[in-house]
Amino acid sequence: MEALERFATHYNYVVTVFLMLSGLFIVIARGNLVKKLIGLGLFQTSVYLLYLTPAKILGGTPPIYDHHFKVYSNPLPHVLMLTAIVVGVATLALGLALVVRISEAYGTIEEDEIFEKDGQE
Amino acid sequence: MIAMLESVGPHLPILIVIIPLLGSLLVAFTRSGNLAWLIASLSVLPLPVAAVLMTMSVLRTGQPLVYEMGNWPAPYGIVYKVDALSGFVLCVVAAIAAVIMPFARKSVATEIPSHQQSWFYALYLLCLCGLLGIVITGDAFNAFVFLEISSLSSYALIALGRHRRALLAAYQYLIMGTIGATLYVIGVGLLYLTTGSLNFDDLAVRLAEADKTYHASLMAALGFMVVGICLKIALFPLHVWLPNAYAYAPSFATTFLAGTATKVALYLLIRVLFSVFGVAMVYDRLPISDVLVVLSVAAMFIASVSAIFENNAKRMLAYSSLAQIGYITLGIGLANIHGLTGALVHIANHAVIKTALFLALGAVVYRIGSAHYSDMAGLGRRMPLTMGAVVIAGLGLMGTPGTAGFISKWYLALGAIDAGLWSVVFLIVASSLLSVIYVGRLTEVIFFREPSPRAMAARDPPLSMLVPLYVLAAATIYLGFDTRATAEIAATAAGFLVGGLTR
Amino acid sequence: MTSFTPEFLLAAALVIPWIAAATIPLAHAAPNVREAVTLLAAGALAVVTWSLYPAVLAGARPELQLAQVVPGLDVAFRVEPLGLLFALVASTLWIVNSIYSIGYMRANEEPRQTQFYVCFAVAIASAMALAFSKNLFTLFIAYEVLTLSTYPLVTHKGNAEAIKAGRVYLVLLIGTSMVLFLPAILATWVYAGTLDFTAGGILAGKIGPLALGGLLALFVFGIGKAAVMPVHFWLPAAMVAPTPVSALLHAVAVVKAGVFSILKVIVYIFGIDTLAGSSAGDWLVYVAGTTVLAASVVALRQDNLKKRLAYSTVSQLSYVVLAAAILTPISAIGAAIHIAGHAVAKITLFFAAGAIYTAAHKTEISELDGIGWRMPWTMTAFAIGSLAMIGLPPTAGFLGKWFLLQGSMQTEQWVAVAVVVASTILNASYFLPIIVRAFSTAPPTEADTAGTHHHGDDHGEAPWPMVLALSVTAAMTVLMFFAPDVPLSLAKAMIAEVKP
Repeated sequence: MEALERFATHYNYVVTVFLMLSGLFIVIARGNLVKKLIGLGLFQTSVYLLYLTPAKILGGTPPIYDHHFKVYSNPLPHVLMLTAIVVGVATLALGLALVVRISEAYGTIEEDEIFEKDGQE
Repeated sequence: MIAMLESVGPHLPILIVIIPLLGSLLVAFTRSGNLAWLIASLSVLPLPVAAVLMTMSVLRTGQPLVYEMGNWPAPYGIVYKVDALSGFVLCVVAAIAAVIMPFARKSVATEIPSHQQSWFYALYLLCLCGLLGIVITGDAFNAFVFLEISSLSSYALIALGRHRRALLAAYQYLIMGTIGATLYVIGVGLLYLTTGSLNFDDLAVRLAEADKTYHASLMAALGFMVVGICLKIALFPLHVWLPNAYAYAPSFATTFLAGTATKVALYLLIRVLFSVFGVAMVYDRLPISDVLVVLSVAAMFIASVSAIFENNAKRMLAYSSLAQIGYITLGIGLANIHGLTGALVHIANHAVIKTALFLALGAVVYRIGSAHYSDMAGLGRRMPLTMGAVVIAGLGLMGTPGTAGFISKWYLALGAIDAGLWSVVFLIVASSLLSVIYVGRLTEVIFFREPSPRAMAARDPPLSMLVPLYVLAAATIYLGFDTRATAEIAATAAGFLVGGLTR
Repeated sequence: MTSFTPEFLLAAALVIPWIAAATIPLAHAAPNVREAVTLLAAGALAVVTWSLYPAVLAGARPELQLAQVVPGLDVAFRVEPLGLLFALVASTLWIVNSIYSIGYMRANEEPRQTQFYVCFAVAIASAMALAFSKNLFTLFIAYEVLTLSTYPLVTHKGNAEAIKAGRVYLVLLIGTSMVLFLPAILATWVYAGTLDFTAGGILAGKIGPLALGGLLALFVFGIGKAAVMPVHFWLPAAMVAPTPVSALLHAVAVVKAGVFSILKVIVYIFGIDTLAGSSAGDWLVYVAGTTVLAASVVALRQDNLKKRLAYSTVSQLSYVVLAAAILTPISAIGAAIHIAGHAVAKITLFFAAGAIYTAAHKTEISELDGIGWRMPWTMTAFAIGSLAMIGLPPTAGFLGKWFLLQGSMQTEQWVAVAVVVASTILNASYFLPIIVRAFSTAPPTEADTAGTHHHGDDHGEAPWPMVLALSVTAAMTVLMFFAPDVPLSLAKAMIAEVKP
């Protein structure tokens, strides 16, 4: 019962860890370069959740000062994650651009096939 | 003039980051490679001056230089902070970046297609901006942002290499680097969850209190951060991305990254371990010291052996870098004043030595288009000045007394003795012997083999390449005799860092 | 000369070879000018070191501080009697050797002569720095520079054999110095808190006898240049170098740097009394004695002349180590004198070997039948050198052995006495046959030289600079027996300094 309660109260963290591990697993286990990037994206997404979970306060409002409201959400993690999302997008864009170039240069985006081609030289 | 300096002076901490950032913007809009080089040089040259001025002021007053972004005070706003440690690393990074600029023009002109040259310089400045930012910022999350700025631009820099393997190397580095940075930011997130702060100094204060309730989370945060940073450092066994990245990147990019990128990551590791968590919390609770020492020694030997059997000079030096990084992490792992001084001194000395060697290889690639041993055979008689510098820097790499490399090893060995690890002393000197073998092999190829067809036509590179090369070669010798600029500052910084030493 | 202060002379002795090394490449196109620079520098250096001699005997100990690398770790120099003796030997023989080199290098049309002379000058420079070093740290730097500057000389031929020998040379010398010598220095630093050479030693009372013995082992085997077995392999390997290199560097400067360092470490770091009092160094007598005998036995079996000389050097070097290990003042004097005596004698032998190679293109002892009649000067000098190796009067070799024997009898070290006696017999049995062979067969007749041209037999002496050089050193070998004042006075001054 207690375990169930822990699970319920830490639900977000469970999801975070699941995303984190599945993302990491995809990066390691998949040979397709695009799929690896998808895994990487998943991995990064888990971080957003990690930061935002404690920032969201039940019943809290956006932190705009007004005497009607007493409870605000913490703005800082939201701002941090805005930055992290930008970083994630940039990483994904650069990664995909590299994959396009690799595909042009090697004619494939499967890791083992690329290694094979480089090995034949 | 003096009035101007006085008005600029307080803003040096932000200027050292802003100048390369704006420079990169400006460069991105130019279309001529030479013009881009000129703008890049002009934006890089003031940086070492600024770094040295700030460091001198810190050392003179004994107080850190704190710059509050938008005048928001410390825990609320982001601050830039220069203390002995960050000043030292700033000087190293800025000086290396400036010294290699004259070399860039002709090297980049031959290795990068003309329509990409201005982009190349823009990326270079952006990367430099990120590296300097990591060092100067006093904010954990801000460090992450700068880390990604420098990393993203270095992936692109590497991808500009001529061989198609450069693309794959960049891709692999991107994957590993992003994982590393994400792990770091997870650690930062956990710290924020438990303390509510992101400022390094503030964190250090609050950790003691938070430790009572959230001990496990803090240790997890420490683990995430250390592993993440070690990925960027390329500490064995997290090093696989580095050799290919260095080998296939354009010569200038390799030169720059080898001297600075891993050094900055090492700085971040020292900052996290010693300034934020503190010696007592890190080393008494977790076996980080043992783990670091073991991994460092493994890196020193395994990477050195790989270097011995390598036939591509660039890859050989990359493996040697891994071994040398092992020396630095060893000093960090020893966690006493001598060991840490050795680590910091080696950050500077290895930057000088390895940059000199990669510059020489850049000159070789400029002349013969390859850094493979079979093509470099017999170059000693064809490019005597370049190869002379290779020998000098090679001696430094071996740690010959009278060169900079010896000073680092001296302190590391003293640190190992202080820690009671006599066996490590022998491992340090034994691994130096391996470096004698790989440097000796390179010199044999250069001086004793029959010249290859490519080497026959080679001659020494133009003066713009030789001058930076010899500045660094001379520094290799000079820093072996006059250690006021390196060991003294490093010892000061190390003294602060292990101030609360309990063992 | 008296107008110069000893400090100035010290600085001059350290700088002159470097100036030569920097000037020689400028004269690359004009070999005569280039050789003149070498000779000039050698002459100047000898004048400078000899001018230091009276001052040092009078008690002057000039010092020079170059740089402080780390607090307490200085690059500093100080002239003391033992160092001056080594410097005198090296600088004086540099002149003779330069004359010889000019003859040898030109007659054999060796390539890359400029590089040869530059490296030679650097090697002499580091030998000077080593001789005058004030502390272990400075000595270590000079030691390593000496290894590195002689590496291009060993590999001078550039063929596969030379490269292989170069590998052995570099890895063994750098390897032992880094893995053993450097940790020994570190340990000394940690225990004693200083690295300065101090009369009476710096380790007294700092560490126990076991650690003392271990530290001594690190030093003895770490200083690979002393060629104590089993770290002697580099010396025979280095014989692929041109003969002037073998002569001055691998019979004088490099190997003497090794035994000089050991002697200096024993006298000024450990302290004779400290070692003698703890019996931590007793094993050294056996190790050195074994080396003396084993190397002689190996020398017996060598047919290559230079290899035989090399093993003889290994054996003779261990005499010095043995003398130092006996740990009495009188044997320490013997060690110092043997450094000088062996130097002049062994350089004569190498000069002769080089002369034979140049004139007759012969390298093996079995080919030397009757060569004495064709090259009388050379082989007479060789005979004098051989006598010195055996230790017979009237040669310099006798003196060192005499003091060594005296010391070992005083302390009743019968093992050492036995070693000296046995090795004398061995020395005689591998040197005398060469001389006998050279003079035993009949002198060549007119028919031999005029008619049927035996291949390579129609030769006379080597070029005159070489003959001059080997005659001078042979004369010095004899002279030192009759007038041993210089080495003796310096050795005694050293003892006076250590044991007031």
